Amino acid sequence: MELSQENIDPTKKIKLQANNIDVFYSHFKALKNINLSMYENSVTAFIGPSGCGKSTFLRLFNRMNDYVEGFSMNGDILVDGKNIYDDKLIIEDLRKEIGMVFQKPNPFPKSIFDNVAYGLKIQGIKDKAFIEERVITSLKQVALFDEVKDDLNKSALALSGGQQQRVCIARTLAVEPSVILMDEPTSALDPIATAKIEELVFELKENYTIVMVTHNMQQASRVSDYTAFFYMGEMIEVGKTKNIFTKPEHERTENYITGRFG
Amino acid sequence: MGANNNRLKDKIFQYWGMTCTIMGLVLLAVFIGNIIVEGIGRIDWAFLTNLPSRRPGKAGIYTAMMGSVWILFLTASIAFPLGVASAIYLEEYGTKSRLNNILEINISNLAGVPSIIYGLLGLEVFVRIFGLGGSVLAGAMTLSLLILPIIIVATREAIKAVPKSIKEASFAMGATKWQTIWNQILPSSFGGILTGVILALSRAVGEAAPLIVVGALAYVPFAPSTPMDEFTVMPIQIFNWVSRPQHGFSVNASAAIIVLLAITFLMNGIAVYFRNKWQKKVKW
Repeated sequence: MELSQENIDPTKKIKLQANNIDVFYSHFKALKNINLSMYENSVTAFIGPSGCGKSTFLRLFNRMNDYVEGFSMNGDILVDGKNIYDDKLIIEDLRKEIGMVFQKPNPFPKSIFDNVAYGLKIQGIKDKAFIEERVITSLKQVALFDEVKDDLNKSALALSGGQQQRVCIARTLAVEPSVILMDEPTSALDPIATAKIEELVFELKENYTIVMVTHNMQQASRVSDYTAFFYMGEMIEVGKTKNIFTKPEHERTENYITGRFG
Repeated sequence: MGANNNRLKDKIFQYWGMTCTIMGLVLLAVFIGNIIVEGIGRIDWAFLTNLPSRRPGKAGIYTAMMGSVWILFLTASIAFPLGVASAIYLEEYGTKSRLNNILEINISNLAGVPSIIYGLLGLEVFVRIFGLGGSVLAGAMTLSLLILPIIIVATREAIKAVPKSIKEASFAMGATKWQTIWNQILPSSFGGILTGVILALSRAVGEAAPLIVVGALAYVPFAPSTPMDEFTVMPIQIFNWVSRPQHGFSVNASAAIIVLLAITFLMNGIAVYFRNKWQKKVKW
């Protein structure tokens, strides 16, 4: 069966595209023939049980799997129509365009300011006024500025988990990417911090394309526009989130979202 | 009654362990006590600043101490960059190739080679082939080889302790490998690296055998003023004094041992200080 969802929303612009993706870890086939497109300025959620390959799939888009031993793949990953596994691609440039937020908040052991300024500094930007402006804007975007404006020189590690995760998101926003990949961004946070991040995701999709891996079914249904269900390395189903959660086509999808397994 | 029996065994082992620990400490205390009783009275400003002499009462450790300082300084400047760079290569750049495997095994092996063998290597390579002669530089290069494996192992451990999530975050921000190493890995692991380097250097300061082979002299009338000068170091001076028949020299040896111990303790203390300071600063 054709799993590509070209026809889900033909009016929208495709930002990210995966064509016939197979991924191997040594001899283990982690992903099997995945075809999926993600639309600009929308939130796409990947759901599925642990080990189904959704994180692996997410990490293809900023080439983080390149560091995994034994990793190899077939197929094309396109960002704005360009193959990012092209030999000529400069991986650092790709990652300025495609930011990533991780499962566990992982701020650097530096000040809040230096955390958010990190991406700009490694790009060689020296203009202090510009860096400061970007840091403040980014912290405002994640609704953290008012909480930390007097503590910008304090260590980011002194913040709460939810604040740390927002620093990490601000750090990603500071380099002005167009895509943000989120790998279970709220799994280490309490419900209140989670709600704040979800709210933020909702606001960010105005300007960014967001792809989010989540274990939390309610979260997927709350924040995403499209949902893809992965199972054992295959993409079982993809569609508009409200369709997936109200009338899934596959029994497996239904069993998973209703909590019968997972 | 089984539980009582187990408790008894527990107690017996506890006391046995305590005895073993105390034994080591007592031996050390007796040794240090002995040395201090014999040598402490001999230490004064003149002892530290006098040149060596045939008369024990006039002999001092100035040349040996300055030789040790030179050795320390040169060895640190050679071994620190080499060792840290090798460790970074092995830990961050080295892939699992056969060459790297061989490198890794050999570095561990090097740590177990007796120091006198390094002396022979230094004699052949640095003294003869490089033509450095019995100079401070040749000695420092030899000792650098000796402590290189220790520095590499300590640095790798320190680098390994940096969480993977920090590295990933840096890469995901578009940092290159070198930017990640320089901005994240090295600052986070520097305390551990420094501790390893200082401990390795304090071992180098106590070495006599490889330097004797390389050609450090027992009697040097002047402190070295360039890296190419002849030299002696404190362990060699101590060895020389201990082997003399006059009692005055054995007192001198004890006094020199106290000075050497003080230097080593001081270095270890600095290492501990840095470790604690950095551990407090970097916490995950």
